[in-house]
Amino acid sequence: MKVGIVSYGAYVPRYRITPEEIGKVWGADGKAMSKGLMINCKSVPAPDEDTITISVEAARAMMRRCEVNPQDIGALYVGSESHPYAVKPTGTIVAEAIEAAPHLTVADFEFACKAGTAAIQTCMGLVGAGMVKYGVAIGADTSQGAPGDALEYSASAGGAAFLIGSEKVIATIDRTYSYTTDTPDFWRREGEMYPRHGGRFTGEPAYFKHVLSGAKGLMERTNTTAKDYTYAVFHQPNGKFPTRVAKQLGFSDAQVKSGLLAPLIGNTYSGAVPLGLSAILDEAKAGDRIFATAYGSGAGSDAFAITVTDEIETYARAKAPTVKQIIENVKFLDYATYAKFRGKILLGSG
Amino acid sequence: MRRVAVIGVGDTEFGELWDSSFREIGIKAGLAAVADANISADKIDALFVGNMSAGRFIDQEHIGALIADYSGLARDHIPATRVEAAGASGGLALRQGFQAVASGLHNIVVVGGAEKMTDVSDTESANIQSSSADQEWETVLGATYPALHALIARRHMHVYGTTREQLADVAVKNHKHGSLNPKAQFQKPITREVVMGSPLVSSPLRVFDCAPSSDGAAAVVLCALDQAKNYTDVPGEIIGTGQASDTLSLHDRKDICTMEATRVAAKRAFEMAGITNKDVDVAEVHDNFTISEILALEDMGFFKKGEGGKATEAGLTGLDGEVAVNTSGGLKARGDPIGATGLAQAVEIVTQLRGKADKRQVRDAQVGLTHNVGGTGATVVVHLFRRV
Repeated sequence: MKVGIVSYGAYVPRYRITPEEIGKVWGADGKAMSKGLMINCKSVPAPDEDTITISVEAARAMMRRCEVNPQDIGALYVGSESHPYAVKPTGTIVAEAIEAAPHLTVADFEFACKAGTAAIQTCMGLVGAGMVKYGVAIGADTSQGAPGDALEYSASAGGAAFLIGSEKVIATIDRTYSYTTDTPDFWRREGEMYPRHGGRFTGEPAYFKHVLSGAKGLMERTNTTAKDYTYAVFHQPNGKFPTRVAKQLGFSDAQVKSGLLAPLIGNTYSGAVPLGLSAILDEAKAGDRIFATAYGSGAGSDAFAITVTDEIETYARAKAPTVKQIIENVKFLDYATYAKFRGKILLGSG
Repeated sequence: MRRVAVIGVGDTEFGELWDSSFREIGIKAGLAAVADANISADKIDALFVGNMSAGRFIDQEHIGALIADYSGLARDHIPATRVEAAGASGGLALRQGFQAVASGLHNIVVVGGAEKMTDVSDTESANIQSSSADQEWETVLGATYPALHALIARRHMHVYGTTREQLADVAVKNHKHGSLNPKAQFQKPITREVVMGSPLVSSPLRVFDCAPSSDGAAAVVLCALDQAKNYTDVPGEIIGTGQASDTLSLHDRKDICTMEATRVAAKRAFEMAGITNKDVDVAEVHDNFTISEILALEDMGFFKKGEGGKATEAGLTGLDGEVAVNTSGGLKARGDPIGATGLAQAVEIVTQLRGKADKRQVRDAQVGLTHNVGGTGATVVVHLFRRV
């Protein structure tokens, strides 16, 4: 049985803010920050948007593109580190919104930026075992960056949803491999508004070690090299890290370009690889091979080897906007409005 | 008083050594020095360890016993002593070791220095470093360690016309030297523009004017000179040692453009050695900030007061200058694991005197100097070395 992606959908809020605008407020060189991070602007959720609304938008787009009966969905998982509720699932609301309730299992996942890909793996297992016909895996976030912190220049919002099944699969997931250690590079404790991080420790011993180990581990197990793939997408906390990691693994700019969204929308955390993968599927042709590696702080990576099937030719991609179309529609914010949107302004009680 | 030689040197790479613990790097440097000295452990009579603040950086005190234990020396019950004088901890440990051998109390001692600074947040690290200033009169009122040095820099610019470019030139030179040192934390040459375009820390000092937080360790083995030839063909003799103190607070000084303790410590070391600064070929000075190197050059008489910046700009402190300064990259580029710094300076000077400094070798280096500062100059230790 070939398990893979039956349908997908994406969503990114339309608001943007630039590193220059943020730097202006904190006396930092925003232009240098923008260049260093390779981020031109980042997406900002509107006051009425959160991980639930983003997940619903993405899941609805996913359902529009296929003819699957939502009642055939047996599992739905939402991976995020910004679930609106500490206790009470995001997934139940999404399941109701796409009319998949009540005969399914639902749970929220958290593994920093890779909970969405962990959800894909879980759905692969359930479908592969025959326990469910379809599973929905969503990665979405409205990530937090403390005012003035380095994260504020990149932490953004967005998400994508994947319908995992074994019939009419537009892209088979040939193999997945994960690499996990206990590496505390970035964390947010219960009740805290903003995450904390270990500065440069988030780079070499965290992101690079785990992404490279995950990617190389998958290449070894599939007996492939960078040249065997048409596209590659990596977790993108900024534009710089995935560009560097791709080069180290032997991928060219042409292979990476389509899935590299961080320069345009920032770091969408759990949404990052799901969105990059969606942007690739928007243009992929039958036979194309896709290499994807997500990273989550804490830390671990999930790597996937994916092959696009002939089903993509008849798949109704045009029934929902492409990632490119979604992120073209932008409205820039000044810092004050951004601060209001993100709840960073302390309101009076009167 | 007996003459004292350095018969072994060892150090670790400096940088963010996240895979190594404090004790690991301490032992690594010590073992390297002992191996270099070609001695067996039972020859070691005593251990001195320079360390500023392991208690706050890694919650570990009792450093002397810790290093003795993990070196396997605790079973021999050798005396193991921790020495602390903020940034001058390493240099002061060296002086304690020197005194122990010179006095005849011990024949062979190992002097190490180590600090593990990057296991705490940047903010915490800055707070710990600022504890070398006066908590009641400086730090509590908001002065940070960089801010105090910024005051010195600003005043020096005002009184002597030292320029922003000249400050940058110190960093450019030391990064160039660091690029030639495989153990340096920073190994990329930089330009004036990079220094002057880096984020402001405390005006006029920018990020590239400041030494980094580092992990690292360095060690030397000292031996009575008359026995040194039993172990090595290339001993470096310590021919002078000078230590001086000054007011803990910067504002209690008559002139903040001079570190009196540097002047006095150097004078004492030169008098003891019977040489002058003209005899020095290579010097490792305490460039925790770019302005600090300029002060050191002037206060030890290498250049006239107010001329340190100009001399740097003119290239007089480069590898082939009048005096080669901070050939290791200095605190700025080699890194500044506080307690290790004074020993790392000694390791570099002995390496230079042995002619083993590879691409950064100063031609025919005969006499070397180390200058190690605690706080804003409340403790200064200067040592002079000569090729034997």
